[in-house]
Amino acid sequence: MFKTLKNVGGGLAIAICTLFVTTSCKPSSEKGGKDGGGEQKVTIKGSDTMVHLCGNWAEAFKEKHHGVELAVTGGGSGTGIKALINGTTDICAASRAMKETEEAKLKEKGTPPQKFVVATDGIAVVVNPANSVDTLTQEQIRKIYTGAYKSWSDVGGPDKPIVVLSRESSSGTYVFFQEHVLQKKDYRPDARLMAATSAIITAVSQDEGAIGYVGLGYAVEAGDKVKSLNVKADENSKAVAPSEATVVSGEYSIARPLLLYTGGKPEGLVKEFIDFCLSSEGQKIVAQTGYVPVGSK
Amino acid sequence: MPGRMWRDKAIRVMLVGAASTSILIVLLIFLFIGKEAVPFAVKPGLGELLGKNWIPVSFQRVSFGILPLVTGTLLVTTLATLMTIPFGVCAAVYIAEVASAWEREILKPFIELLAAIPSVVLGFFGLVVVVPLVKAIFGLPSGLNALSGSILLALMAIPTVISISEDAIRSVPESYKSASLALGASKLQTLWRVTVPAALSGIIAAVMLAVGRVIGETMAVMMVTGNSRLITFSPIQPVRTMTATIAAEMGEVEFGSEHYQALFCVGIILLLATYILTRIAQRTLKKYRMA
Repeated sequence: MFKTLKNVGGGLAIAICTLFVTTSCKPSSEKGGKDGGGEQKVTIKGSDTMVHLCGNWAEAFKEKHHGVELAVTGGGSGTGIKALINGTTDICAASRAMKETEEAKLKEKGTPPQKFVVATDGIAVVVNPANSVDTLTQEQIRKIYTGAYKSWSDVGGPDKPIVVLSRESSSGTYVFFQEHVLQKKDYRPDARLMAATSAIITAVSQDEGAIGYVGLGYAVEAGDKVKSLNVKADENSKAVAPSEATVVSGEYSIARPLLLYTGGKPEGLVKEFIDFCLSSEGQKIVAQTGYVPVGSK
Repeated sequence: MPGRMWRDKAIRVMLVGAASTSILIVLLIFLFIGKEAVPFAVKPGLGELLGKNWIPVSFQRVSFGILPLVTGTLLVTTLATLMTIPFGVCAAVYIAEVASAWEREILKPFIELLAAIPSVVLGFFGLVVVVPLVKAIFGLPSGLNALSGSILLALMAIPTVISISEDAIRSVPESYKSASLALGASKLQTLWRVTVPAALSGIIAAVMLAVGRVIGETMAVMMVTGNSRLITFSPIQPVRTMTATIAAEMGEVEFGSEHYQALFCVGIILLLATYILTRIAQRTLKKYRMA
């Protein structure tokens, strides 16, 4: 009974992410099952930001390894880490580093977490295209998100209330943004929590006063629907537009590593998959999906 | 004959078993949810739940005050009920007393269809239609607020209210109406002063059941209310309901953590609220059946 309840929560989260995010992973064809001597299955679970990326990796990986089944699901980094601890996934995709308590739990089970940095992601701060504000400093963004600034006129825009949009607290992006941009302060209580990145894009494209944060890949994909702000690390530094080039060069200040975690040293197919992600071919997919490859720094 | 007796007995046992399963399940649900929630009463203490902030993820200090969630649920539910009652009751009166047979034939299946729409689908409808509409009509910066959520909930509750109130109105004895008409009251007077008051307890029960459903509803509200942890009674502010909190955060919490236990506490409060409402509804329904 209790287990069922727990699954309902996770199931809902997955349902939400599959509703909003169109994953590019399709069920693998069954005809390849012969040469592998029975189906081998690898599950990857976690960050919604990485669902696209992992789906693309899985597709390409399956083309090379017939008879391999890869299941990619989202739900948020926290969900993935929990699944890794509970042993219900082989690989956890995370857009934030594990907390100490989470690491300790895996160590306790005798499977210390192994971390692989597989890509870098810039976080774009997006507003409605009709908004006259183009540039914000990190401090201004922080003041907007913690509630000090309530009107766009506080940052040189029109006298309109700011509609603050955030991800749910289960999102790795939520935690990263809180840690690095809000400098560990709490979000203002009237921030609207959205279940998925695509919901933020939709809301920002509809409401003139809205501000939100999304992964660079999503901001690029959304095109003209939203406007990505130029960000200044501080008052005196230069305004930088989020792009692959500026994230690689380190000029764009809101960026983070995307990670894959395994419990214990990866073996067999899991290892092959992670090696594939880190290979030049895998990193090419990273660039195609709109993120920044690692090793190109 | 003993063979037949045995069969009778076996069937009886089966039926009793089937009937009592639900009791067992309800008890087990209370038991297991309680088991997960109880440690919270020991460690941070129940006082923590009375706080004004629900901040489950924080670098400063996490707090699990359910007040914003309770007021969020209250606000959305109250608004939805206020919208449901006039619509539901008027529709029920029309269908039961005024509509001709063929009108009823058309109206009833559509009302049942409305009741059958999955809440996620209604949520989509809410995002695409209701939210922009609310924003435009009230000139708000965003349509993601309590009002949008309660409109969707009202859409879900109205069919329940109509069906049950209609039954109640139709079961008012014909003699009441005849007596009223014989005394010279007009049809309208009879309807509002005799029939509806006579069916009132049934109508109240219908509303109670609908409110029970509204409180427990998750998906549709979660998609459109904006989910801000505000303590507010303004319909145009974004709110987060108890159900949405559980659904959105349960997937992420660390097993057995305080946050996890707090969510179970929210679950218990929700369970108690719907339980009490259902009991009241049953009481009123019983009263009206005896009348």
